Amino acid sequence: MIDTEIKVTPQIASEHGLTPEEYARIQKILGRDPNFTELGIFSVMWSEHCSYKSSRVHLKRLPTEGKYVVQGPGENAGVVDIGDGLCAVFKIESHNHPSFVEPFQGAATGVGGILRDIFTMGARPIAVLDSLRFGPIAPGPGAGNATAEEIARNRRTLDGVIRGIGFYGNCFGVPTVGGEVVFEPSYSNNPLVNALALGIARREELFFARARGVGNPVIYAGAKTGRDGIHGASLLASAEFSEESQQKRPNVQVGDPFMEKLLLEACLEAMRTGAVVAIQDMGAAGLTSSSSEMASRGGLGIEIDLARVPQRETGMTPYEIMLSESQERMLLVAERGREREVFEVFQKWGLDAVEVGRVTSDGKLRILDHGRLAAEIPAHAIAEEGPRYERPIAKPRASAPQAKMGLLEFAPKGSDLTEDFRRLLASPTIASKYWITEQYDSMVRTNTRFGPGSGDAAVLRLKETKRALALATDGNGRWCFLAPRLGAMHAVAEAARNVACAGARPIAATNCLNFGNPEKPEVMWQFSEAIDGISEACRALDIPITGGNVSFYNETLGKPIYPTPVLGVLGLLEDAECALGSGFRKEGDAILLLEGRSQEANLKAAAEDALNELSSSEYAKTIHGVVAGTPPAIDLAAEKRLVECLVKLASAKIILSAHDISDGGLAVTLAESCFSSEGLSAEIALDFDTANEAAEFALFGERGARVVVSVASSSLASVRAVAAQYNVNVQPIGTVSRGEFRIQYKGTPVIHGDIDSFRKIWAGRIESAIEAR
Amino acid sequence: MKFGVVQFPGSNCDDDAYHAIGSIIGQPVEFIWHQSEKVSGFDAIILPGGFAYGDYLRTGAIARFSPVMKAVDRFARSGGLVLGICNGFQILLEAGLLPGAMMRNKGLRYLCRQVHIRVESTDTPFTCAAHRGQVLMAPIAHNDGNYFCEPATLAELERNDQIIFRYVTPDEHDAAENDRDANPNGSLAAIAGICNRERNVVGLMPHPERAVESPLGSADGLVIFRSMVASLARRASVPA
Repeated sequence: MIDTEIKVTPQIASEHGLTPEEYARIQKILGRDPNFTELGIFSVMWSEHCSYKSSRVHLKRLPTEGKYVVQGPGENAGVVDIGDGLCAVFKIESHNHPSFVEPFQGAATGVGGILRDIFTMGARPIAVLDSLRFGPIAPGPGAGNATAEEIARNRRTLDGVIRGIGFYGNCFGVPTVGGEVVFEPSYSNNPLVNALALGIARREELFFARARGVGNPVIYAGAKTGRDGIHGASLLASAEFSEESQQKRPNVQVGDPFMEKLLLEACLEAMRTGAVVAIQDMGAAGLTSSSSEMASRGGLGIEIDLARVPQRETGMTPYEIMLSESQERMLLVAERGREREVFEVFQKWGLDAVEVGRVTSDGKLRILDHGRLAAEIPAHAIAEEGPRYERPIAKPRASAPQAKMGLLEFAPKGSDLTEDFRRLLASPTIASKYWITEQYDSMVRTNTRFGPGSGDAAVLRLKETKRALALATDGNGRWCFLAPRLGAMHAVAEAARNVACAGARPIAATNCLNFGNPEKPEVMWQFSEAIDGISEACRALDIPITGGNVSFYNETLGKPIYPTPVLGVLGLLEDAECALGSGFRKEGDAILLLEGRSQEANLKAAAEDALNELSSSEYAKTIHGVVAGTPPAIDLAAEKRLVECLVKLASAKIILSAHDISDGGLAVTLAESCFSSEGLSAEIALDFDTANEAAEFALFGERGARVVVSVASSSLASVRAVAAQYNVNVQPIGTVSRGEFRIQYKGTPVIHGDIDSFRKIWAGRIESAIEAR
Repeated sequence: MKFGVVQFPGSNCDDDAYHAIGSIIGQPVEFIWHQSEKVSGFDAIILPGGFAYGDYLRTGAIARFSPVMKAVDRFARSGGLVLGICNGFQILLEAGLLPGAMMRNKGLRYLCRQVHIRVESTDTPFTCAAHRGQVLMAPIAHNDGNYFCEPATLAELERNDQIIFRYVTPDEHDAAENDRDANPNGSLAAIAGICNRERNVVGLMPHPERAVESPLGSADGLVIFRSMVASLARRASVPA
């Protein structure tokens, strides 16, 4: 064993984020003290980010099996069978901390990382969605007590993040087709950047990261290794932020989408030669994770000589090379004797590809430096035997204020609520995201049937077949803060409903779980509750989880973010021609409200919960500055019936548009269906009872299992017939019109104005906030 | 009749152009690798969109030196049809096959959106099947689409009827000088596409290959490819 300059002590182990117990386990596994390189290897692989040490015991509760699932959690991405010999490969991942420290590169490399996870599996990426959360970018009741300085920084963060996403995806050549952008004060010092990528592969062309064949060469391909991103996974992603966090900028990786595009083409071409046995990208923990995980999954060992690793800097130590998170790199195992075929492909694309080692039978990760032993650790121990914690769980004593009468001041009966409506349209969470999404190439590869803002889910046709895929991401942090289990159930249900609004049957999901410090029992309680909520909803809706990512330590100066599980749901359309957008289609069409729950059930439940529910809404936050109560009660059976009903209505081509009712309630939903149409408006008369007389409940209340659809008036009977089969309630509420947008409640006009004036408020909000900086 | 789609490292609309020609227009099409020194056997060559060589230095600045560009230059000078789309247009400018240069978009942001362009001249093999004044809807997706040239060059372009496409408003009116909705990148004289003096090389920033199927937003781009097919068919029928 060679001497490394630094002698490992318990103190140094602690600086690497390892507890005394973890350090003792390392000593036990090795039967000796680790050297500095080995300590580095253990510290990244056993970090929260790589080992899931706090979450693993809970993640086991998620349902992961279903008739479409080919590969569940545990590989680089989940895989589902979508028919005609094709598979969809998809996964969501977070890049939160890097995106706060360095928004542009943080977000860019977040996209780069998830794309590599997809093409590592042999799939060509066809779409990216981004689920983003920022602190307030404009003052107002909904901004809490955000300072002007905070607002200015949030604007810079948002601008950097969207530029980073565009920079990477646009150049790489994958369309960015959807996602969400949400604003809450809790994300001010800890934005969330979750990127989801989807790829397509023929089933027989899937690749797995499992080393095979003792003696087979291990090949390093792609960008050279530098000193960037060292400890990105352990120090940056696995610790809270403090005031000194800006000093962590050198831990952020730097992305080169052009290099990644070459790597994509070279990898897919190399895979087609048949000479590649296994492949894994070097993401978090770089060379360390890719080598040890491939070896461990194959039950074998890997030996690497670092002298052969292409390096862009001189004098790098084994520690630095093993821990570097330089981007756009891959590790392959090739068939001995056929390595030439692999080299030729990479050479064609102008990329480095060199044999750096070989597969061994002894189960060890052995690192040599110019032939001298630099580290030797059982691969399985680093990849799979990381610590598992059952962290203490405690329900917070009072997590949020309770709703009570008088908390929200309603306008007198019969008042004009147009001004409240305008303010809601201008709320950054509700306002149009077009200014953001037009900075992304949403059309490259010419599959985008419905891109950003045109439907509840992004819809991609598959050129090889008649089918199409739909994808949506959802997650309501405020609701999860108020009631994590219920909020998480809503995230699943809303994403499924969005996919169904596009006409697709939800078939699988991926999740990105963004939480605070898991060492705090209250945070762990939120996490555990959210897992239970996701599990229950996924079981009820028959949507298995095929993979995802956990992001803990989303805290700055001890203040955690809202617990924010983000669900990405994938749906399948048998016929791409049946895909639906959210915009109204034709003047004179009937507008219907479809509800999974019966009216009686609604009224009964609402009588108890109405005020509580409205207190947790976007309306309460934006108009009254109130975040209280609980999310709406959920009825999973009703959600399932509504999803099935929508899929049926779409496939029978009965309805012309469908839009889920969520942030801002029915009034905002109706306006959005006008905004995404070609200049149409709506004339609405609401006559139904709500538990409370105030029109605010009918207009702005948020509750699950409800959508607005439009149909030719001649199809009304067909809708009723299908809805009856699924026990879904149908209410005609108005007509598609032009010009004036009008809503009456029980015979009294409550919202009215020119649709274009409303559109202007909604369309210009984000741009005016960012460009005004 | 055979179309070629050049693949530079970093081209990412190559598959889309291939799909438009092969599957939608239904003509034979092959990829041409950037290292190729010959482009014989092709009747029309498309330089597709993307980020050739990562757009390092300047869009198209490195791509113009790749071996295939020498061959494309010879092909163009011998009268072959060359269509540069987006990054392909930028490369044609850098290669000197078309006059002028691209600057960063006026707003300094990448923009992807549907735009309207008017066919200003039907006297090219790329627009002969359109009618003069016809307005096409097609998407743009670029950082650097702000066309610029010297006043003398602009006058020459005007005089020789080399301005082939101009950005216009959705209701088909001229884009006002500062109308960022109609002319989103701020191009000089609202120029969206031009041709060379010989009229066999055209470059345009919008993506006609993304506008060949109505369900994806527009099929207006078809007229450009159909014009190419029609003019090539005419050439073939006239003995040389």
